[in-house]
Amino acid sequence: MAYVTKSPWVIHYDGSSCNGCDIEVLACLTPMYDVERFGIINSGNPKHADVLLITGSVNEQNKPVVQQIYDEMLQPKVVVAIGACACTGGVFRECYNIIGGADQAIPVDVYVPGCAARPESIIDGVVKGLAVLAEKREKVAKGETVTEGEQAE
Amino acid sequence: MISFYGSEISYFQVITAAVFVVCGPLVGGLIAGFDRKITARMQGRQGPPVLQPFYDVLKLMEKEPATVRGSQDFYIMTSLIFCVITGVFFFGGGNLLMVIFTLTTADILLVLGGFASNSSYSQIGAERELVQLMSTEPMIILLTIGLFLAKGSFGVAEIISGGPVAFPYLAGLFIGVLYIFTIKLRKSPFDLSMSHHMHQELVKGLTTEFSGRTLAAIEMMHWYENVIFLGFIFLFFANGTPLWWVLGIVVCLFLYFVEILIDNTYARMRWQFTLKSAWAVTIIFGGANLLVLYYLHASQLLS
Repeated sequence: MAYVTKSPWVIHYDGSSCNGCDIEVLACLTPMYDVERFGIINSGNPKHADVLLITGSVNEQNKPVVQQIYDEMLQPKVVVAIGACACTGGVFRECYNIIGGADQAIPVDVYVPGCAARPESIIDGVVKGLAVLAEKREKVAKGETVTEGEQAE
Repeated sequence: MISFYGSEISYFQVITAAVFVVCGPLVGGLIAGFDRKITARMQGRQGPPVLQPFYDVLKLMEKEPATVRGSQDFYIMTSLIFCVITGVFFFGGGNLLMVIFTLTTADILLVLGGFASNSSYSQIGAERELVQLMSTEPMIILLTIGLFLAKGSFGVAEIISGGPVAFPYLAGLFIGVLYIFTIKLRKSPFDLSMSHHMHQELVKGLTTEFSGRTLAAIEMMHWYENVIFLGFIFLFFANGTPLWWVLGIVVCLFLYFVEILIDNTYARMRWQFTLKSAWAVTIIFGGANLLVLYYLHASQLLS
């Protein structure tokens, strides 16, 4: 049984977001949406986290930071790109220092659209990510290497 | 009866010790689950399922193993073993002095595990864990002396099976133990060493560099510890009659609820305050209580 789907701990990183999506991510933790219902806990430690929530496009300066956070997380792990900027680069796409969406730096599993993404769609995105987590968990249990970059939405 | 280095151990004591080893984490995990549920309700949230702490630990077991430095896993696993041994001494009706020694050893091994990695969060967490240990140890030693003076024995089996109810004689020590109870549970306002919530300035303090199985071991150790500390509170009330046993358990559960309330209404204190206030409470309430006990002994009121 994949218990990872019952207790996904998330870590949240802000690329070059306008903070709109960030605030919506934090809104998920409030009594109104209460993601702890699903066992989701907000963590500040990549080593404890199972799901990386990334908001905002990635630029040249924070690309290594994003990659390091991703590398420090242990398998099975899932990356959820939240908002238009994290999915594609959004309105910042043409800027000289922007390399594009989060998938330009690390493998992304779930894309959550929206500007800003609604808390409901963020929770939906994480829940979609749980299916990917369960798959990866099977592979880890069998001792296979997890192939990166499977896309859900 | 089994003879073990000169002391007689009954089969019942062996069974209760075995029950602790198996049921300790189950009870501790359930308490943690209700803790999270009640905390959520206090904050106007629905909260996770009651079995959530078990899901968390099982999840951690599933994670890919990763260790910063080989020695840290060794320290934590040894710490868990010592914690179980502590419970075996305690719930097997053994000597309270042995309980204190093994419990401190378990805690020191946890601190060594924190110091094993070079992460600054882990180092600060380990230092603060030492401060917490310094804050609580004097009170626990005074409690043991108090129980000996009131009941005439260091043996847990003798303390819970007869004699007067210790609580009236140890009321001051009880207040002191309540104070350090929060420190030992590592709850707010004394969650110095491994901040109770993961997204704080300390990240997760001592446990920052641990992941997967080792983190699960720390979590299970914490459950064992909590059950042992509830056991300490139970000692104040048990005297062998069913009524006082039930009352003792009810008081334990009520005090845990109060701890949850305190956890939700206080911000974290600084380590200076933790140390000073814990020692002040120990000296004032614990010391005064012991003086009274010595007086009762001297005037033959308590034999």
